[in-house]
Amino acid sequence: MSPLLELDELHVWFDLGEGHELHAVQGVSLSLEPGQRLGLVGESGCGKTTTVLGLLGLLPQNASVAGRVLLNGEDILAGGEESIRPHRWVDLAIVFQGAMNALNPVKTVGSQIVEALEVHRMASGVEARRRAGSLLESVGIPADRGDRYPHEFSGGMRQRAAIAMALACDPSVLVADEPTTALDVMVQAQILELLDGLCRDFGLALLLVTHDLPVVAQLCDRAAVMYAGEIVEAGAVDGLFHDPRHPYTRLLFAATPDLHGDGTPVSIPGAPPRLDRPLAGCPFRPRCDRSFARCADERPVLKRVEGGGTAACHLNDSPVEVTA
Amino acid sequence: MSSNGRPVLDVEDLVVRYPIARGLIGGAARRPQRWVHAVEGVSFSLGRGELLALVGESGCGKTTTAQTVLRLIDPVGGRISFDGEDITAVPSRALRPLRRRMQIIYQDPYESLDPRLTVRATVEEPLVIHGAGGSKAGRAELVHDALTRVELTPPELFLERYPHELSGGQRQRVAIAASIVLGPDLLVADEPVSMLDVSVRAGVLGLLDRLRRAGLAILMITHDLSTAARFADRIAVMYLGRIVEEGPSREVVGDPRHPYTKALLSVVPSRDPRNRSRPQILTGEAPDAVRIPTGCRFHPRCPVAITDCREIDPALERAGGREHLAACILARSG
Amino acid sequence: MSVLLNEPGQFIEVEPVRSRRGIVWQTIKRRPSAAFGAGILTVVFLAAVLAPVLAPYDLHDQVGPVFGHPSWKHPLGLDDGGIDMVTLLMWGARISLVVGFAATFVSMVIGGTVGLAAGYFGGKTDTILMRITDYFLVIPDVPLMIVVAAIWGPSLFHIVIVIGLLLWTGTARVIRAQVKSVRERVYVKRARALGASNARIILRHVLPQVAPLLIANTVLTIAVAIFDETALAFLGLGDPSRISLGKVIENAFQRAAISTGAWWAIVPPGALVAVVILSCSLLGGALEDALNPRLRVAHLSARSFRLRPLVGRSSDAL
Repeated sequence: MSPLLELDELHVWFDLGEGHELHAVQGVSLSLEPGQRLGLVGESGCGKTTTVLGLLGLLPQNASVAGRVLLNGEDILAGGEESIRPHRWVDLAIVFQGAMNALNPVKTVGSQIVEALEVHRMASGVEARRRAGSLLESVGIPADRGDRYPHEFSGGMRQRAAIAMALACDPSVLVADEPTTALDVMVQAQILELLDGLCRDFGLALLLVTHDLPVVAQLCDRAAVMYAGEIVEAGAVDGLFHDPRHPYTRLLFAATPDLHGDGTPVSIPGAPPRLDRPLAGCPFRPRCDRSFARCADERPVLKRVEGGGTAACHLNDSPVEVTA
Repeated sequence: MSSNGRPVLDVEDLVVRYPIARGLIGGAARRPQRWVHAVEGVSFSLGRGELLALVGESGCGKTTTAQTVLRLIDPVGGRISFDGEDITAVPSRALRPLRRRMQIIYQDPYESLDPRLTVRATVEEPLVIHGAGGSKAGRAELVHDALTRVELTPPELFLERYPHELSGGQRQRVAIAASIVLGPDLLVADEPVSMLDVSVRAGVLGLLDRLRRAGLAILMITHDLSTAARFADRIAVMYLGRIVEEGPSREVVGDPRHPYTKALLSVVPSRDPRNRSRPQILTGEAPDAVRIPTGCRFHPRCPVAITDCREIDPALERAGGREHLAACILARSG
Repeated sequence: MSVLLNEPGQFIEVEPVRSRRGIVWQTIKRRPSAAFGAGILTVVFLAAVLAPVLAPYDLHDQVGPVFGHPSWKHPLGLDDGGIDMVTLLMWGARISLVVGFAATFVSMVIGGTVGLAAGYFGGKTDTILMRITDYFLVIPDVPLMIVVAAIWGPSLFHIVIVIGLLLWTGTARVIRAQVKSVRERVYVKRARALGASNARIILRHVLPQVAPLLIANTVLTIAVAIFDETALAFLGLGDPSRISLGKVIENAFQRAAISTGAWWAIVPPGALVAVVILSCSLLGGALEDALNPRLRVAHLSARSFRLRPLVGRSSDAL
């Protein structure tokens, strides 16, 4: 079964002026099957949001993109805006970070969903209003609330409305960028349950972008961990926690507190590298607790590892390598 | 409670209310004044070397409680004692010398520091305000010492830096340095790490833990139960202006007695994918603090509420271990 | 130049200092409009200040006939008293600028104080001060100036006070808004929690953030003050013993320069006033724009990114 969505060696550069360039996304590849939930995890500055904006063609003027974005086998990035636009919202929809604060305050929530339907010619007039109502119902909001304004909704309900808007054109892929970050834990649980239900009931494929590891652990089947613009490890979520193949993955989990676990979380010293200069060797080396000589000279490549996932770390090559 | 002498902070029946602005017309028309019942009778105490985490969702009153304890907001009722002294109604002028001994750090490391002041100036400012440290040289030494204690070493490397040159974690450490330079007894930490990257949080929390072991009493506000579970000695769970459960963190997390606590703990996602417990998701969201339900304030959303819950407003009483309290009529079974 | 900083345990690299100091100078360097405005203002300012030294002729010397035509010796001709126009313009600019700056100073002091107090203390203070501001705002400028000048008498001092009293409201509002926003910043709250006095907070934390905006507002106010003075002088309410640019225009107007066709007696002074006001507006406007915290939204507009062919695979290309 060919994947629904596939990213092949996606690169994004930002032109900083005066000859400088920021290489924000450095060759990201991932694939998503129908109904699958893939988590894209990483901390601030790792490039995860830029990656999804890149795949949707929503980058600013000073950005340049390379690589392929295959939707059902077709490269939609190749023709630039012309080839992406027909698919935006219709096949690939996104709930942006802080979407709940991006609703137009002077229009009713229902009318904003109707607008999405009409702009994409999915429906108009009475039919559009009816569909908007049923979309609201499917995210747990009574249809008649569509006549209210965003400020009359709570944060959680606004997020649901943003999800309803994203689903307006019945896409096959939903990208959610930090959908629960600003929400209380109980509301977060409600939204995650909603996303879970939508994936199950509508066969929606979900690309969940977040820094919150536990959310990914609970909602996603597979995940890709990003660091310094590239994917350093990817695979089944279970394997990432129980048998990590990249030190960053292991240390990131170790830094995440758990309610019932024993042991105290430990932070990772240092900070991510600057992406506006070429890097020698492994980008994680300065912070890694198991680096050795080869790590300084040779940049590791994402390769298949035992257990079915992929990881970019020299430690996976020869288990008996000498430590520096 | 406190292991050595009297508690650093003792709060009894604290009540804080805000009037909702009526405007000129509303006031003239004598519309009834409506209030936001932010804090409705909160009691707890905090001893030396203890870290108490106040947890709850937004609107539960935890931030208001923390700010009132420092008299940054004035309470409408109740009593606040700092190291045995009643500071509930003390006028702000008289509070100034006390401010040396109780400090606060805020959530946003990017806004906590004045962008125009160097690290040295920021950490020195409390000393200047309170006339501590004696001479310029004396102050410099205290600044140096504070930076060392927050692990920004060597301090010389940081003294002349501006905030925009530092990472989030470093800025938060500078804010902590500025708050400990006067040697306070109490530190209120309002969501100290929620705006920091995960890989950096443990470092800052570990620092707070070391300061705690050196004798500092810390009141930490957080919405993150996992952080509270791992770093706090005691946890107090707040809902709609009241503490509904309180006790040693291991007991509150391991054996919750209040239905709200149980529900809250069940929806906290675990980092272990194999740990997918059945979350008990409550419907709706917490009601606003203007119209508090009668009886138990949690009963409209409580999954195990009985008819009595609509009438009885339960007090915080022993439920479980000796120091484990819960405000629920169904939790009283020892 | 990069600087290495210590995150406990490791070094990280940080970008070199890009301080916000000298935002005024930076704006002038970066924006053509600001540079233009600043340039013109400097020239006019210098010409006015150095008038006693630079002026080609004496201010009271009749060097030719009434409304003498422009010539090589007198590039802008002569006025109704036979006095060289260039000289008149330079001396006139002095008074115009003096009144402009002085009135602006009065306005800044009142407006800045009111705005600061209202914004910082809030509550009743704010309400009262803002009501007062509203009353002053509503008063129509020119009629009031006419009435006051007519009753109080047209001396330079009175003019300065009157203009200052009319202009402070704009400043007060702008400063109040800025002070309110700065006051809510976390580091100000921290300073209060530390026990800092109001004076310290205002001087150390609030004013430095407000100062750049105050400068921008000052420049814009100067433009209005000069306009007001010119208008007053033109209406004959200016100080009769002083020559300002408005007075030059008024004189020419009264002495029938238009019907005589002596455009050089009216147009140059008017143009100079207009140019000065324009320069102030350009400079002040550019400063205000530079200081406005603009929402740096990544423009998610489509069709703007560029495609780049991928050369080889990432492992060897980079």
